[in-house]
Amino acid sequence: MAVKDYIRQRFLPHMWCPGCGHGTVLNSLLRAVERLGMSKNEIVMVSGIGCSSRISGYVDFHTLHTLHGRALAFATGVKLSKPELNVIVPMGDGDALAIGGNHFIHACRRNIDMTAIVMNNRIYGMTGGQFSPMSGVGIHATTAPYANIDRDFDVVEMALAAGATFVARSTVYHAQQATDLIKQAILHEGFSVVEILSQCPTHFGRKNKQGAAADMMAHYKDITVPVGSKKKAANPELIERGIFVQKDAPEYCQEYDKIMQQAMKG
Amino acid sequence: MAKKKLKAHHIDRDWCKGCGICVHFCPKNVLELDDLDKAFAARPEDCIACKLCEIRCPDFAIEIETE
Ligand SMILES: Cc1ncc(C[n+]2csc(CCOP(=O)(O)OP(=O)(O)O)c2C)c(N)n1
Ligand code: SF4
Ligand code: SF4
Ligand code: SF4
Ligand SMILES: [Mg+2]
Repeated sequence: MAVKDYIRQRFLPHMWCPGCGHGTVLNSLLRAVERLGMSKNEIVMVSGIGCSSRISGYVDFHTLHTLHGRALAFATGVKLSKPELNVIVPMGDGDALAIGGNHFIHACRRNIDMTAIVMNNRIYGMTGGQFSPMSGVGIHATTAPYANIDRDFDVVEMALAAGATFVARSTVYHAQQATDLIKQAILHEGFSVVEILSQCPTHFGRKNKQGAAADMMAHYKDITVPVGSKKKAANPELIERGIFVQKDAPEYCQEYDKIMQQAMKG
Repeated sequence: MAKKKLKAHHIDRDWCKGCGICVHFCPKNVLELDDLDKAFAARPEDCIACKLCEIRCPDFAIEIETE
């Protein structure tokens, strides 16, 4: 199927601002689905609230647009009742790691088979540019006019520590790699986390004088390196891209199934 | 596998928001924005059909058709 056939074309042009990285994340995601040759009916996309979460309105899969921070909880319910479906959960950085932080770590810990995609633009885009747990020290935001003093999370390290069995990162500049990582994450049997560094030119870009959308995208080329690159040792500020972990562990729905069988035996 | 050759640039003027991402990253400087801030292929003969514009466009507005 062509990439565009996975879109609800009647809703385009979409609501994202010109140059919003979230559109490129959607583009990379649909290419992954297309390469896997998946049918629309075998995918459920569950999202919360945020500019990023609007993504579920544009894909012609089964979709649920739920509550801010709670997409993973809804997705867990869907997956437990229909384990044969592929569940994809795109989230904003605020959605996944501020209000939804607890859901996030416990979904990682359970190792339930679904694909979480963190569309990280380091800001609350939808509500007007407040800082998020991913903004980091020195960043300007509506709620940090004199610069932010809160340290940021590293979502990759957090997902690893919480027990996710597939953890990867890429950026919207590296759209081909993003597609490849999302594809592998969907194939992985267990909880997968893919962080995609995205841009919000409207709030983050403007407040932090990062230029046009294309400049923000190009910046991701400058500040990232492939996992294991020697450059990282020389310059610890660089952000690694690639796969950080990919391992087998008991999957939640399968373990739940075993318990049900045991219980039915009495 | 032989390299694919360009047949046409398809640009959806209703979907293009003129962000300039495709223009900025085209390795052959093929694309430009017109007076209405819509992308167009100013130098199609230089296009190598790499599709970098298509895969990065946030708006699904540019498609490269190959032979
Ligand atoms: C329970 C609840 N609290 C707060 C909000 C307001 N709200 C909507 S979106 C959002 C944050 C969006 O930021 P992010 O998740 O990073 O997504 P982005 O818009 O940047 O893609 C907030 C705080 C809400 N909708 N529901
Ligand atoms: S406000 Fe930011 S995150 Fe929201 S659509 Fe605009 S650019 Fe994208
Ligand atoms: S990247 Fe897409 S939306 Fe942006 S100018 Fe090019 S065709 Fe238009
Ligand atoms: S396919 Fe490649 S060379 Fe051709 S216009 Fe797009 S980015 Fe430029
Ligand atoms: Mg955000």
